[in-house]
Amino acid sequence: MQAKKRYLILLSAGACLALLFYLGGVELPAARRSRQDRSRSGYRPEQPWPHYSDPLHGFVPWDQTDTEDYNLHISARQKRDVNRSVYRGKRCRMDSCFDFSLCQKNGFKVYVYPQQKGEKISESYQNILSTIEGSRFYTSDPGQACLFVLSLDTLDRDQLSPQYVHNLKTKVQSLPLWNDGRNHLIFNLYSGTWPDYTEDLGFDIGQAMLAKASIGAENFRPRFDVSIPLFSKEHPRTGGERGFLKYNTIPPFRKYMLVFKGKRYLTGIGSDTRNALYHVHNAEDVVLLTTCKHGKDWQKHKDARCDKDNAEYDKYDYKEMLHNSTFCLVPRGRRLGSFRFLEALQIPTTVRSIHQDKILSLRQQTQFLWEAYFSSVEKIVLTTLEIIQDRVLEHGSRSSLMWNSHPGGLFALPQYSGYLGDFPFYYATLGIKPYPKFTAVIHAVSPLVSQSQPILKLLVAVAKSQYCAQIIVLWNCDKPLPAKHRWPATSVPVIVIEGENKVMSSRFLPYETIVTDAVLSLDEDTVLSTTEVDFAFTVWQSFPERIVGYPARSHFWDSNKERWGYTSKWTNDYSMVLTGAAMFHRYYHYLYTHYLPTSLKNMVDQLANCEDILMNFLVSAVTKLPPIKITQKKQYKETMMGQSSRASRWADPDHFAQRQTCMNKFASWFGAMPLVHSQMRLDPVLFKDQVSILRKKYRDIERL
Amino acid sequence: MYASGKYSSRGPALIPRMKTKHRIYYIALFSVVLLGLIATGMFQFWPHSIESSAEWTLEKGSVHDAPLIRLPASSPIPERGDLSCRMHTCFDVYRCGYNPKNKIKVYIYPLQRFVDEFGVPISSTGLSREYNDLLSAISDSDFYTDDVTRACLFIPSIDVLNQNSLRIRETAQALAMLPRWDKGMNHLLFNMLPGGPPDYNTALDVPRDRALLAGGGFSTWTYRQGYDVSIPVYSPLSADVMLPERQPGPRRYFILSSQTAIHREYRAELERLKEENGEALLLLDKCSNLSQGAASARKRCYKGQVYDYPQILQESSFCVVLRGARLGQAALSDVLQAGCVPVILADSYILPFSEVLDWKRASVVIPEEKLSEMYTILKSIPHRQVEEMQRQAHWFWEAYFSSMKAIGLTTLQIVNDRIYPYAARTYEQWNNPPVVKWSSVNSPLFLPLIPPRAPGFTAVVLTYDRVESLFRVITEISKVPSLAKLLVVWNNQNKSPPEESLWPKVGVPLKVVRTKENKLSNRFFPYDEIETEAVLAIDDDIIMLTSDELQFGYEVWREFPDRLVGYPGRLHLWDHEMGKWKYESEWTNEVSMVLTGAAFYHKYFNYLYTYKMPGDIKNWVDAHMNCEDIAMNFLVANITGKAPIKVTPRKKFKCPECTAIDGLSLDQTHMVERSECINKFASVFGTMPLKVVEHRADPVLYKDDFPEKLKSFPNIGSL
Repeated sequence: MQAKKRYLILLSAGACLALLFYLGGVELPAARRSRQDRSRSGYRPEQPWPHYSDPLHGFVPWDQTDTEDYNLHISARQKRDVNRSVYRGKRCRMDSCFDFSLCQKNGFKVYVYPQQKGEKISESYQNILSTIEGSRFYTSDPGQACLFVLSLDTLDRDQLSPQYVHNLKTKVQSLPLWNDGRNHLIFNLYSGTWPDYTEDLGFDIGQAMLAKASIGAENFRPRFDVSIPLFSKEHPRTGGERGFLKYNTIPPFRKYMLVFKGKRYLTGIGSDTRNALYHVHNAEDVVLLTTCKHGKDWQKHKDARCDKDNAEYDKYDYKEMLHNSTFCLVPRGRRLGSFRFLEALQIPTTVRSIHQDKILSLRQQTQFLWEAYFSSVEKIVLTTLEIIQDRVLEHGSRSSLMWNSHPGGLFALPQYSGYLGDFPFYYATLGIKPYPKFTAVIHAVSPLVSQSQPILKLLVAVAKSQYCAQIIVLWNCDKPLPAKHRWPATSVPVIVIEGENKVMSSRFLPYETIVTDAVLSLDEDTVLSTTEVDFAFTVWQSFPERIVGYPARSHFWDSNKERWGYTSKWTNDYSMVLTGAAMFHRYYHYLYTHYLPTSLKNMVDQLANCEDILMNFLVSAVTKLPPIKITQKKQYKETMMGQSSRASRWADPDHFAQRQTCMNKFASWFGAMPLVHSQMRLDPVLFKDQVSILRKKYRDIERL
Repeated sequence: MYASGKYSSRGPALIPRMKTKHRIYYIALFSVVLLGLIATGMFQFWPHSIESSAEWTLEKGSVHDAPLIRLPASSPIPERGDLSCRMHTCFDVYRCGYNPKNKIKVYIYPLQRFVDEFGVPISSTGLSREYNDLLSAISDSDFYTDDVTRACLFIPSIDVLNQNSLRIRETAQALAMLPRWDKGMNHLLFNMLPGGPPDYNTALDVPRDRALLAGGGFSTWTYRQGYDVSIPVYSPLSADVMLPERQPGPRRYFILSSQTAIHREYRAELERLKEENGEALLLLDKCSNLSQGAASARKRCYKGQVYDYPQILQESSFCVVLRGARLGQAALSDVLQAGCVPVILADSYILPFSEVLDWKRASVVIPEEKLSEMYTILKSIPHRQVEEMQRQAHWFWEAYFSSMKAIGLTTLQIVNDRIYPYAARTYEQWNNPPVVKWSSVNSPLFLPLIPPRAPGFTAVVLTYDRVESLFRVITEISKVPSLAKLLVVWNNQNKSPPEESLWPKVGVPLKVVRTKENKLSNRFFPYDEIETEAVLAIDDDIIMLTSDELQFGYEVWREFPDRLVGYPGRLHLWDHEMGKWKYESEWTNEVSMVLTGAAFYHKYFNYLYTYKMPGDIKNWVDAHMNCEDIAMNFLVANITGKAPIKVTPRKKFKCPECTAIDGLSLDQTHMVERSECINKFASVFGTMPLKVVEHRADPVLYKDDFPEKLKSFPNIGSL
């Protein structure tokens, strides 16, 4: 009995124990596991967020009309006014701190304050001001201006710098047009000083916009300020060198993968990034060199690596490194915004993961950006102005593609058209083709007296072209327009436009009547056959951004006279195709009229000469490529063929000398010689081949 | 507990000496143990019961069973968003780490139902259909991870899409309670309707520390550029309505205004425009006779006339999207869907996804002040541009607006692009609709650049065993001034190349590479030995080309470094009878290919041919021992969108040795095979990339009556 009880107690104790284990310490982890398993099966790996089956509400109920209240209380106009008063200073935006109405009347015009006597202006700032004054945006009348630029030098606001202008605050405040900086643009390269390098300019800029180098994200007011590159005082005012890229070798890797050479600072802002670079340096393809030599007292902060680093630093030549490296590291300096040193540590791996094709295109993009926006002070300043103009235009601004692809925003003017397909540059990117017909523009300067005049033959020949959409006769002759019936009957419309000023440049006006992408530009005495016209158009379709035509000329550097020379002799190469018989995109009419400065156009008009040279300069400056000469044809005028007794401008001995002068004048405005030579011409595929003439499509071309 | 167990295990030893007193003691002890057990059991189970019920909900799939979390009134509230936040200050990019796929990992918190102390939910709607769609789309995507420790971006399951349905303070408290909240670092919130009456803030009012905000109505003052993401306001109609496809082109109306809640000042202005321009404008408003609800959202009225919405949007070229109380309008989505070009009047509005999308190509933005000039402004836009914009607008909708999935994944991709900028999607990838992607070009050699003459070119001669002819070719080519190097590709594995002493003496380095297999594609391999950009591919029997002809070819290549520059040209033609492409060889007026028996091209194309040739073309060429030149022409034309350049009159390569086999029948089978190649390649490329031109390049003074000795290239061969 005792034993029985004893066993019962034992059994129950055992059972209790088992239960205890089950519920307690032993069983729990297992329970947790099973719970996890369950949740795993609930979160099926491919379907981790459950698809709820219940009918969920929409996030916005159908009857929510959110403006009822708003309608009653706040007028949209009031709201805009409120914004203007609230968002000032650091929170300035175009909507609150810029007066758009000033730009409405006269368009985007920039006024530069007259320079005060005794104010010294640095060379760099002088370059900025003269660029603006020489640009098409400039106005000398503040009443017309939409943007104001100070003549006080604000470039260097480092108090320790000799260029620092004192008392700027009072000087600025006393300007009569200052108006708390509204519609003002302030250029700045350096701000703050050692040790904290703040981005403060040392005077209240009020509601003025800032075009500043090394501007940090914290201070940058989006779509209000403009971040510009830091440039030295040696930076050329106009022109500027082309990029150094000459070769696109494959594989694109150079001797070094990644390089950097610069000061290390040792302490203070920007030092942690640069002090960490040695971790990545491998002296083989990653060469990141720092020197401790910085300032006078660098010895004080000197660390254990300094001597070794300094020695390594002197071993390499900076230029050699830059030219022979695939990538260049740009770590933050004392100024410049944030850049995390860890990123720097990661760069070699990241860089190595970049694909060959990508390197090729990145490299070319750097060259494009350099040439389009950075290579001269003029480009930097004009880019800044164009960016602001884009904001003012709003609906008529450039798209990103126009800014980021050749030839860039300075040559792609959005006022011409907002449609990319209207420009000669984007056909391939958009996957489209130019309009398949052309408009002929004949420049007429002599009266119509006989029915055998070249212009009439030309009209008939051009009109017969299957690609001709219309012919425009630009009547720049002093004599009144001939009667309608004097023009030959043609299958295409002939539109006669009477030139208003009868000046040379008017032949390149962007007439609204030109509806096709291609323009065939002709002199009145040009001799062309229908076949030649057809062939020119088919070739142009392959090269819509270039001038394609018959009369080729060349330029050369005359080292004796130290100037550019012009030649019409038969040479093995050419760099111009004259616009007396050439096909080009109508956009160049627009660029010629609106991009080129009045000074050059006036020169052309006064001489009644060189308009064709100027057009070639312009197009080559845009494309960086030569024009295209087609077929063997050399003489393209009756006068040149000696059949005409009429005095032509070509017979004028001054004519040639003028053209030399033009060349040099144009080259100096462009800042460099944009013309490029070509050694080839394009002929029809079967040109002069010894096969039956019947096989040939362009038979007439072979007859000279 | 364990100790008591141990103690009772010693029980049996003590039992024999037990008395009744002991027995009572034992019973008491066991009761205590039992009670303890029960208590333990309760203790273990209770706190977990919520969790376990949560699991059950997930399996059942009902939101009502999500765990209920009670927020204490004193629960901390996050700080208001910091306006100076940027990716490098408020986001820990290093948590995303370096990974080979360059893809961020996104974690979604499991669903919970938050209530305040009194059991009132923090949101009047709870999880919305749209937010649920968004989260399930993200969890189905490559971005998703269920491993919270590996995630670098966290998405709360608290639905804040519509601020109107939220209790702001409590929602903020709920966010702060999230286990990984950590001052909102790396957290992403989606909000489409921010602010509330009367002043309607342009960003979500819920305090959220450093969390990123994907917001649907940012203004330039609240948007933290490079940090926040501006997203569209989703239109529920997107899912409900299927609009028939409409080609871009002119529409019945010029301008349409279809929004129902337009400020009276603006409505008055629109009325005035309508008066001036009449039928071109259609001004719709809600229908007064219809009750509120889903049905009324699908109707619009003008003077008693009822129109179906959004179908009517397809009848107009431009559709007005005016700001309301909020900047972001769901109407924008409807308008895009209809392929109507939105005319956006919302000053300071940050357009959806404007960080990556080029809105210039799909919309017209007009300042509110210029509403009265809208008609004139729109009239000045060329037709072709309008059509392009219509196409682009619809494609934006399809790709980025059409569903919560599209909106969510686009947002993540934008964040991803910022974290891995070197692997970011390009402008073209974001902005070019598929049609354009197919037909547009993408060559990495896009810079207009004429390479210098000095580096010269490398001649690559493919040979098998025609040593005598090979030597003649080498001797001929070595006379070309710009030749930099000769590379002989010895394609014969059974025979060794002749001894070094037997080779002709030439003034440039001569290298021989032996191949492992006799393949045609060996000629296009990007050998390291080729150190120049320019490559002259030349067969071992081409001896008729003069030195001037070759030098001229090189000069022309310098002017067109991204093209194939060759001598005999060939043409592809569409055979209308057979309904397929046909190869045409000689005597045509047109050219679309050049033979690579002698052609200059950039070494980059060797690399492309070897590593990036689409489909099985490369193997096909090697198997058929033919058409490698056609394949190369396809490849180059496809990536550049340009035709090759044929130079000089040369029409065929006549080699003395081959005249014997130049029989007619052989010629015909040859033509058939080449035609087959063209058809095969066109199907692999999915398009016909070849471009036809009617010109060839000759020296400027070719055939001119001019002293030969003054010509740069006097000796240009004949046919």
